[in-house]
Formats: sequence, C-alpha cells, structure tokens
Amino acid sequence: MRYLPKSPADREALLKAIGAQSIDDLFAPIPAEYRLNRDLKVPRQMAESEIVDWYRERSRENGDGYATFLGAGAYYHYRPVIIDSLISRGEFLTAYTPYQAEISQGTLQSIFEFQTMICELTGMEVANASMYDGSTGAAEAVMMAVRLTGRNSVLVARSVHPEYREVLDTYASHQGMPLATVPFLDSGRVDLKALEKSFTPDTACVLLQSPNFFGTIEDVEAIADMAHQRGAMLVVSIAEAVSLGIVEPPRQADIVAMEAQSFGVPLGFGGPYCGVIATKEKYVRQMPGRLVGQTTDRNGKRGFVLTLATREQHIRREKATSNICTNQALVALMANIFMTVYGKVGLRELAKQNVTKAAYAHQHFAKHGKLLFSGAPRFHEFVVQTTEDPYAINSRLLGHKIVGGLPLRKFYPELGNAALWCCTELTTRSVIDTAVGLVAESERSVRAGKEAEVQEEVTR
Amino acid sequence: MKHMTRKATRHVNQNENLLFEKSSAGKAAWKLPPLDVPEVDTKELLGSSERKDLGNMPEVSEIEIIRHFTRLSTWNYAIDLGMYPLGSCTMKYNPRVNEVVSRLEGLANGHPYQPEKISQGALRIIKTLSDCLIEITGMDAITLQPAAGAHGELTGLLMVRAYHQAKGNPRKKVLIPDSAHGTNPASAAMVGYSVENLKSNERGMVDVAALTAQMNEDVAALMLTNPNTLGVFEQEIHKIAELMHAKGGLLYMDGANMNALVGKVRPGDFGVDVMHLNLHKTFSTPHGGGGPGSGPVAVKQTLEPFLPKPVVITKPDGTLGFEYNRPMSVGRVRAFYGNFGMFVRALAYILANGPDGLRQTTEDAVLNANYIRKGLEGVYDLPYSTPSMHEVVFSDKVQAKKGVKTGDIAKRLIDYGFHPYTVSFPLIVPGALMIEPTESESKEEMDLFIEAMRSIAEEVEEDPQTVLTAPHSTRVSRLDEVAAARKPVLRWKP
Repeated sequence: MRYLPKSPADREALLKAIGAQSIDDLFAPIPAEYRLNRDLKVPRQMAESEIVDWYRERSRENGDGYATFLGAGAYYHYRPVIIDSLISRGEFLTAYTPYQAEISQGTLQSIFEFQTMICELTGMEVANASMYDGSTGAAEAVMMAVRLTGRNSVLVARSVHPEYREVLDTYASHQGMPLATVPFLDSGRVDLKALEKSFTPDTACVLLQSPNFFGTIEDVEAIADMAHQRGAMLVVSIAEAVSLGIVEPPRQADIVAMEAQSFGVPLGFGGPYCGVIATKEKYVRQMPGRLVGQTTDRNGKRGFVLTLATREQHIRREKATSNICTNQALVALMANIFMTVYGKVGLRELAKQNVTKAAYAHQHFAKHGKLLFSGAPRFHEFVVQTTEDPYAINSRLLGHKIVGGLPLRKFYPELGNAALWCCTELTTRSVIDTAVGLVAESERSVRAGKEAEVQEEVTR
Repeated sequence: MKHMTRKATRHVNQNENLLFEKSSAGKAAWKLPPLDVPEVDTKELLGSSERKDLGNMPEVSEIEIIRHFTRLSTWNYAIDLGMYPLGSCTMKYNPRVNEVVSRLEGLANGHPYQPEKISQGALRIIKTLSDCLIEITGMDAITLQPAAGAHGELTGLLMVRAYHQAKGNPRKKVLIPDSAHGTNPASAAMVGYSVENLKSNERGMVDVAALTAQMNEDVAALMLTNPNTLGVFEQEIHKIAELMHAKGGLLYMDGANMNALVGKVRPGDFGVDVMHLNLHKTFSTPHGGGGPGSGPVAVKQTLEPFLPKPVVITKPDGTLGFEYNRPMSVGRVRAFYGNFGMFVRALAYILANGPDGLRQTTEDAVLNANYIRKGLEGVYDLPYSTPSMHEVVFSDKVQAKKGVKTGDIAKRLIDYGFHPYTVSFPLIVPGALMIEPTESESKEEMDLFIEAMRSIAEEVEEDPQTVLTAPHSTRVSRLDEVAAARKPVLRWKP
C-alpha cells in the first residue's frame, strides 16, 4: 500500500523489538469471536490514475458546465486562484488545531486576522474562529441568547432560510426552547405588527435573516428596537457574506451568525462551508467555539494563543457553552484570503456587480412573470411567480445548460408557482436573456393555450 | 547543548506583521471584468440600507498576500513535516489525490439544490461512501450529515432519544466513562440528558460491576470509546452490550479510535447500536488547522427510522435521489447534506486502500504504537500495563519528582523537531502523555522520536531547567495564556 512507509523487513524488525511472534499477537485483546476473518467488502485497491478517472466520471455526471441561477444559501462566486495555492500548503492543510501555540503561530495569526475582518464587516466587536456552517451557527447563536437572557422562548422569522429553521427546530427540541414563527409581508419583510404581538416576557430573542431567504433586506433597526425594549436580544443570520460589501451590517444586533461560504469557498454540493458567530464584547464568555487572542511571550514578543477555553467542552464538559470541538479552520482561511484579496474597495465593487446583475435580471423577468416582494430593497436574489410550474420551465432551461431558479413550493406552498432566482458577478447577460426568454415563452404559450380554450368554449 | 536532535536544524524564517499593518489605500489584489449590463444607482435601489464604509478592511497587492500567508505557513508544524503523535487525534498522512479529485469542476461547483438529474455524480459518491462505511463498521444504515465528531455525537444521541421516546419514555441519563472525551458529556447535555460518570477499573477498562450497579431503566445509553482513550480494547465488550440491552439501553460507540479496528473487527458485530466516525481521523481528510471534519453516524436497523433527513435512496429507475418523507426522523442537523468535500476525500482514501490496504493500515498503526511503548517503557511511567492498541498512555510520575510535568516535556519535544503528544488527557491518568503515532510513521521517524523522548528524560535528571523553560528554538517562547484570558485582545485595532 503506497501510503505505508514500511518494508516487510521493517515490520519484522518492529515485531521482534516488541517481542511479538506475529501481528496477530497484538490483536489478541480483541475477543476471538469478534475478529473479522475475511476481507472487507469494499472496492479493490485502485491505482491513483484509476481513482482520478472514477471521479472525473462522477464530476461529468454532476452538472459540470452548467450556468446557474441557484442561490438560497449557497452562492456561486469567483474564487481567486491564490486561495487554493495558499491553503494547499501542507503547513496549513495538514496541521492540527493550534493548541501548541509556539509551533502554530501561522494558523493562530491568520485566525486573529479572520476574527478582525469579520468584526469589521459585521459591525460586531468580537468574532469566533468559525462554526460548522450558517445553519448550526444560527442555532448556537440562539442558544447563546437563551443563556444570556435567562429566558427560553424564541421568535423566528419565516423568511429565515427554511433549512436553518429546521436545524434550529432539531437543536431546540430537547432544550426547553419553544419556537414561534413570525410571518412576512407582501414586501418580503418581517411583519412587524405580528412580531410585536408575538413577544412574551419569556422571549429570549428574535432570529432574523438579512438579506432574508427571498433576498430582501430587513429593517434591522426597527426590529432591534422592538426586541431591546422588551429585554430580548436580536440575532441576525447572514447567509450571503458578499452582501456585506454594500448592505449596511446589522450593527444593532446582539449576535450575528454568518455563513462565509461566499468568501471563496467552493459550492461543493453543500459543504464544507464556514459558519461564524460575532457579538458584543460583553457577551464573549457565552460565545461557543474557539477564539484566538493576542498575548506576549516571555521576551515580550507579540504572539497568539487559543483563549477563553473555560467556555469549551474539553475543560467544562457537560457545562460547556457548546459541544463543538472541530471547526472549519481551513475554510475560514479561504475566507480570510478572499477578504484580503478584495479588501476595503474590492468587496464593495464586487457586491455592487452582484446587485447590478440582479437588478437587470429582475427588471427583465418582471416584464413577463410576476416579481414578488418588490416593496423593499434587495441584494442579489428575487422571487418570480409564473403561470406555469417552475419545474417545467427549469427542465427546458436545462436543455440550454442553465439551471433555473429554485422552485419554492417545497418550502412555501402558499407562494404557488414561485421560484427564487440569484445572480452573482458570474451570471452573464446572455444567460439572463436566455432565461428571461424562456419565461416569456412559457407565459405566452400558457396565455395562448388559455385563449384557445376560451375560443373553444365560445365556438361550442 | 549536550542533547541535540538529529531530526531538526534551526534555520532562518521570515518575520511578518498583521495584514492590516501592510495595508495602504490604493493597493489592490483584485480586478473585476467590465459589466455587461447597465449600471444602476445603488442609492436608489438600496436607500438607507446602503453601506457607506467598510472600515479597516485591508488594501494589499497579490504578491504581498502570497508572501504573507506563505510566511505564516512556515511558522506551523504539520504532518507533512514530521510525526504528529497526538493521541486520539489520528494525525495520519493526508493523500494528495484526495485534494485533486475534490477540486474537479463538477464536484467543486455542484450546487446543493441543482436538480437530481444532474447530481448523480455527487449522489453516487455519497452512496458508495455510505456503503463502504456501513461494511467497515458492521452497522445497517448511516447518515453523513453531521459536520464533525461532536456533531455526530449530538446526532446519535438525538436518535437514541427518539428511539426511547417512540417506546414511550425518553429516559433520563447517559453513562459516560471517566476516560471519555469532553465532547461526550457536552453532547449529552445538548440532548437534555443528565450525565452519570462511570469509573474505570484498575486495568483501565469499564468496571463491569460498577456498570451493573449503575444500569437501570433511567439510562438511555452508554457512550463508550473503543479502544478507549488509554488505547485499550474493552475486552468485556460483549458483557457491556448485554448489560445495556438487558435493561433496554443502547450502546453508543465514539469512533474516534476506529483507526485501531478497521478491517480487523466491526463494532456492529460486538453489540454497538449507534456510533460516529471521524472522517478527519480514520479516513485521512486533512485537519486543516482545526477543521473541517465530518462525523457520519452509523446505526443498527432499529434506529434507521430516526436518521436525519434527507437520506439517499435508489429510485425504481435505478437513479439516486433524496428522500425527505421520513416521519420518524430526528430532523435536520445541518443545512444541505453535510461536508460533502470530505466525503469525496474519505472515499478516495478507501479506494486507494482497498480491503487489504485498510487492514494493513490498522495493523501498522497498532504495530507502531506498541513499538513506541516498548521504546519508552521504563523511561516513562506506564500507569496501565494492559496491552495497547493504536495508542499508548504514559505518565510524568518519574519526571514530576524533579518538578517537570507532562506539559514541560511536551514543550521540550518541540525543540527536538516533533509536535508534542496529547498532554494531560485522559483525565484518569494524572500527568498523562498520550501518544498515537498512526500507520504513517516509518521506523526511522519513530526511532528519532524514541531517541528524543529518552534524551528529554535524561535532561530532566541532569538539567531540569532546560526542560522547564522549553521551547528554546521557536520564533516565540512560551506565551502568556493567563494574560490572554484575563484581558482578552480578540481583534486588531488601529
């Protein structure tokens, strides 16, 4: 086996040194009746070239070469090539969690930079070293608010990503945290009146997403005021990190739970991604996840260490702020490099291109289908309602090697034939025009079909 | 220095400030293509939601970014540089073909919501990996959704709870041996179970008499790591499983140490009902400085209805798809389907090994741990003489007499060119040195390690001060962790 650095003679020498007759001696502690005396039924050992070929085949079966209008929590942005050059360095790729600070300063300093940039972008004071993803990050942020307020119940906007809400349901199910859902208005924003009525003295926090699942930017300030007046917290989930380049961050929030996938992380069929929690300094001791802090060595030299570990499971066990141990460090490094590449000016320009492409697209879609939620500002996603089933339109689009918007019936049956479309800087005008053309054609043919029916009625 | 290492030589490495300290207005590392659609007035579109300023975000050029992160990288120790003997962390070689195949266009750019018709490649990878892991563990069904080991524990315990709930009583407690990882009790607490400690016996194994006394109908499950954190196989595992099952409890296995078992014995065959795996340990996906991981959970048939949704199924037409209609499911534990990129890598590892390679890997891992045990026995105290599997735990009992603790020995090991072992864990061994070489170490590398550890033991006798003030060869000396926690500085400020 090519990964194993031992010759048969080496193995003999080791056995001899140990004083064992054969390798079986070393497995003697396993009761004989349980030992496996056959080969595992897994594919035979393959050569590297065979492995690459097998995966190339899988890659071809997986939408290779399609343009996409899908977003909904996973966004297709350009990834500067230096991200992979740098994260492929073995010193980053094959290092463990930086518990031994003296020989982990590279990882530690880069996390410190990551924490700093997340603070700058979200308007928060502290950020952790990462969580698994946006969905679990949002659930953990809510649990944090529950601990901080000493209250238990949670108000969740229905415009939060449906799968994030499902994850929160699962996390909350055995922790005595009742959840209530708050509806959205025709503008796409949270229904403030309904929200106001939903508060109880036990409300720990409101969970909001902005831009929300429909791409609409919420009125964070108004909701923060409402929550704070009632002694509750505001937790804001951000699923599209690039929006922070041009959308005012939720500075009034108490906790921000973010998904940083858009910052240079491949779509990768849903993971690994990079969650982050950011908050105010005064709440840091209830924050889950690893944190890197600055300190000095014995000669007064600046250095970085993992800190505030008394929040964590390896010290506090069942009393820890969370069970999280492994996080998404290498993915956070991708995000770190991405944020550095675009920086102060580039991130804004990038975000602006996203807004601009989406604006072009929704203006044109609106001429044929019905643009929902047009009453509030949005980032780069929009919902179009068609007469025809969006699955049918999408299946025609696939013929043009285009993946259309996400049909919403599964998550929001009341929206009927609606689909969520997303444009990024990678969506070309010609792809938009093709998609708009197919929606227009669909509407025409449905209308023609209806007219023909009417005509038939009349003639009969 | 009298005792210097053959493994490493000091060499110059570059200093580097924080990114923000190199930034100046007008530098850039980006260039966007020209817009192919009309410009818009963002003020009009976004109104008061428009952001005015991005604060202290950096402005640097591409070459500076390359140098910045390359310099930082040289300050890290890594498997690619040498042995990384962290016990229970399984720091094995991370094959490069894994990285190449995970970056193939169709896999790297696959959107989780793209139609199933054009997702067959990803679904096939999920299905094939699932089948392999079910065979390796001897279980009946699996979910790949959990993002890491602790997330797997949470998922497994949610299923345990759902199983008991379906029988009418979720039960109250989870039993956890005192040698367990801290994630075990933390996960149990998140599922609303109280934690009851289970003492180990003098051989470092579950005390079956104590288990018999503590097991009753309030206990939902026992969470067992096998081999446990002492590297010891629980020889009375069949009795343990029987005891649990007799009172209606379930046996949960923490698969952190699965690298000792693959191809030699299957947890499903010795009575385990539910277990998680760590793809970033046993199946070679890179640790990446702390993640990403992946923590699949395998279960017996009785727990299958409770798996998180969706699950992957084969449809009547032979294609693969996601099944969401799972009324008994514990729900979702993560958006989308889990850390798919890690599935790609773990499966590539299994394919590169095949059944013979997987077995040889396990044998080498156990052989290596026993070789190190033999090489250090008598020099360091071995608190449990029970046979070792893939890792061995010593204590600092001998060295502590000179005032030198396990943490000091670990720091001195850095000067010898090695990453330290796991320090002060498991908690049942005071002053533990927990060593797991994995199969990836050659005889030469292990001989250097043994030589280094023996040399440090001599230093403790002759010149303990050198050990107490180590490391001496790193860019920073011991860092003030107390000050870092007392007055936290968690971000750069201008």
